[in-house]
Amino acid sequence: MDLNTTWFVLIGVLFAGYAMLDGFDLGVGALHLFTDTDDERRIMLNAIGPVWDGNEVWLVTGGGALFAAFPNVYATAFSGFYLAFVLLLVALIFRAVAIEFRSKRPGRRWRQSWDVGFSLGSVLSSLLIGVVLGNLAWGVPVDARGEISGSFLGLLHPYALLLGATTVALFTMHGAIYIQMKTEGDLQRKSRLWTRRAIAGFIVCYAATTVATLVSLPHMTERLRNQPWLFSIAALALLAIANVPREIRRGREFRAFLSSCGAIAGLMGLFALGMYPNLIYSHPFPEHSLNIHNAASSPRTLRIMLVIAATGVPLVVAYTASIYWVFRGKVRLDRTSY
Amino acid sequence: MDVLLLSRIQFALTVGFHYLYPPLSIGLGVLLVIMEGLWLKTRDPVYHQMARFWTKVFALTFAIGVATGIVMEFEFGTNWAAYSRYVGDVFGSALAAEGIFAFFLESGFLALLLFGWDKVGPRMHFFATCMVCLGAHFSAIWIVVANSWMHTPAGFHVVGEGLAARAEITDFWAMVFNPSSVQRLSHVLCGAWQAGASLVVSVGAWYLLKRRHMEFARRSLRAGLVLGLAASLGQLATGHASAVGVARHQPAKLAAFEGLYATTTNAPLNLWGWVDEAGERLRFGVGIPGLLSRMVHGEAGQPVRGLAEFARADRPPVPLTYLSYHGMLGLGMGLLALNGLAAFLEWRGTLVRKRWLLWVLVLGVLGPQLANQLGWLAAEVGRQPWIVHGLLRTSDALSPTVTAPMVVTSLVLFGLVYVLLFAAFVCLLNDKIQHGPDAADLAPAGKHALPDAGRSAG
Ligand code: HDD
Ligand code: HEM
Ligand code: HEM
Repeated sequence: MDLNTTWFVLIGVLFAGYAMLDGFDLGVGALHLFTDTDDERRIMLNAIGPVWDGNEVWLVTGGGALFAAFPNVYATAFSGFYLAFVLLLVALIFRAVAIEFRSKRPGRRWRQSWDVGFSLGSVLSSLLIGVVLGNLAWGVPVDARGEISGSFLGLLHPYALLLGATTVALFTMHGAIYIQMKTEGDLQRKSRLWTRRAIAGFIVCYAATTVATLVSLPHMTERLRNQPWLFSIAALALLAIANVPREIRRGREFRAFLSSCGAIAGLMGLFALGMYPNLIYSHPFPEHSLNIHNAASSPRTLRIMLVIAATGVPLVVAYTASIYWVFRGKVRLDRTSY
Repeated sequence: MDVLLLSRIQFALTVGFHYLYPPLSIGLGVLLVIMEGLWLKTRDPVYHQMARFWTKVFALTFAIGVATGIVMEFEFGTNWAAYSRYVGDVFGSALAAEGIFAFFLESGFLALLLFGWDKVGPRMHFFATCMVCLGAHFSAIWIVVANSWMHTPAGFHVVGEGLAARAEITDFWAMVFNPSSVQRLSHVLCGAWQAGASLVVSVGAWYLLKRRHMEFARRSLRAGLVLGLAASLGQLATGHASAVGVARHQPAKLAAFEGLYATTTNAPLNLWGWVDEAGERLRFGVGIPGLLSRMVHGEAGQPVRGLAEFARADRPPVPLTYLSYHGMLGLGMGLLALNGLAAFLEWRGTLVRKRWLLWVLVLGVLGPQLANQLGWLAAEVGRQPWIVHGLLRTSDALSPTVTAPMVVTSLVLFGLVYVLLFAAFVCLLNDKIQHGPDAADLAPAGKHALPDAGRSAG
């Protein structure tokens, strides 16, 4: 694997890690308003309390890595999707501070406002992430200078919105399973219902997205058609998705959660395979696409970054795993809780 | 208004707001390590109470620091796309290193710091506190390295021409240790320690005035004063080193700092004055003759280059640079005097009786915050018109596809959100301070319980 492909894969891993980890935080946010008592809402927040910030760092690091490895993509995508990213930032701000602020005051109005901020922020973040991915898959009008010319409303075409809805459904399912795993009693009973509905919703969206992609985006499936062994990845993703309801029915939430992680990884993998070697696919001028060669930093920088990643990532994985280990088991409210 | 001005305002607003919180996290981080370390060493419950209380304040500042930091990271791409293409090869790696080495460390161990009191042993908890503090310092290191490279670029070469030109790394360590990294980093860290220390001092002084939580207040005040005094002394040394560096590498900026138009020997260090930009001179200047020459060159006879040597297009906006720089200097001297006096009186044991001084200490929390903002303003405005000194102009760094209405939209949106965040932060901080330290924290429970607590109770 050459250096540029390695970085394509590493950035894919960072963003997939983000989707798997922060995905359930955003999903918990989407479900937050479906609980009604204060205690239940606090339990929901405390279920993600110790980990959400670390999960968000996958996005921050993914962004940094994209900046360093493929600066042209970072520049073109972020300025081209300007308003979408500004909204995403505002949504992420509300999500973040609401978790910290909500339970710090007893007032009902105070708590309800932050509850709404938390939930809307989470849903809007998931939706916008999906819309951006949808646009990247569909193709965006990149001009000869390598800039995206187009309006914010232009980003909201049906395929992108479909992918947005699919992302919301996927994260909601992921979050519901996480809540089911981390809670007991009444709240767990409620989360069973959420999980069942979210799975159904996701499967409908997933089927629609798959059909739409096969029908209208031949470039996304070209690689699979040329190298049929890659269908094994699609098959694995499908198996992981199918395994989620199976494990839930047997009451094995942890395995269901792993399956849903697997499903996210599989779907991100398929997306990356469809895009490779492009990072921004240009439609209608494919020759203007930004790919791993014309958008990359110098080989020296890519090598330096590889050293940084090789030293840093094992450490990150080690202490992330330890944190999840320390906070394993069901959530209970205590004096340090939100 | 044009996109350039709007984007500059937005960047200044978002980074200035972000920079209210990281210094507090960094400074409080150091104090948390000190307090918890003292608790482990002495087992004195008041230290435990202090560590618990200040951890909660830390959580508050940290949350806003995180939420506003993401904006900064994305903003390079959204508003400064041409800049991002130009420097991505160099600048991006420092930003990525920050994510991997600093943010993961901070956010991971933060979970243990905040929620781990009853889940891990005291030593493990102390380790987590140290790691959070270290992580906060790492993030300062990487971001200041990246920013210093923009002031004094090194370890790179430019490839390509015109629009396709961009900087590429030739020597990673020369990039990291560019000529201004070390001074500026140490200066920024001293400023951050001062910010954290003054918050602790301010709350402590307020409790003393209100005769609440006396023991807690007294010890918080002491810890803060020691750190604050050390940092203000450090600020003098590192600030001087920065100024010498600026004179060598960014002479136009130094001239703007001092409002110096004509190249002169025996150049004065101005304490007072008003820049008349049209008339190209400093009015009402009061200064110490020769001191600037002496500080920059070691002897008064050497000339210091004035702004007249630079084409108008290559000069920074002088009045703003001059005022913010001198504001910082004045505050720096004032804070040093305040910290020195308060520390001396506390050492003599008479500080509690000097109510006026306690009131000054309560308000003193604003000093380092203001000086930090002014310092950045001086450094960044003084670098203009360059975004990367000598290589890329700020006006060439914009995103070609972003229009003024788009920036207005985002500027208004961020403005509203930040006002809301700031109001909520002030409310919550005030709640915390009014509520005060928990008496329950005087008797550590769970895994932090004192080994002999059971015996002495029975
Ligand atoms: C001197 C220190 C300092 C300075 C100059 C900056 N920051 Fe900052 N930043 C921190 C010190 C810090 C911190 C103390 O480490 C924070 C505050 C709370 C936290 O989690 O980390 C942080 C948070 C933080 C985060 C969120 C990290 C997370 O999710 O955990 C991002 C993305 C940035 N910053 C990015 C930036 C950028 C792009 C800056 C420059 C324009 C910048 N920071 C200036
Ligand atoms: C009293 C003595 C001080 C001196 C001589 C001094 C000097 C300087 C100089 C020369 C710079 C510009 C560096 C550059 O542009 O590269 C600077 C920047 C800065 N100063 Fe100060 N300063 C002093 C006090 C303070 C204080 C008290 C604070 C805050 C508590 C502070 C915070 C900053 C910050 C945040 C910057 C911007 C970062 C940087 O460029 O290093 N300074 N200072
Ligand atoms: C880390 C990398 C940084 C980059 C790439 C950067 C870049 C920029 C850019 C693009 C601008 C707008 C252009 C202009 O000055 O008009 C700016 C201005 C400014 N920056 Fe920085 N900056 C960085 C770090 C910081 C930090 C950490 C601070 C501290 C809080 C800071 C404080 C400011 C201020 C106050 C301005 C306003 C200057 C003005 O309006 O002219 N900068 N910087």
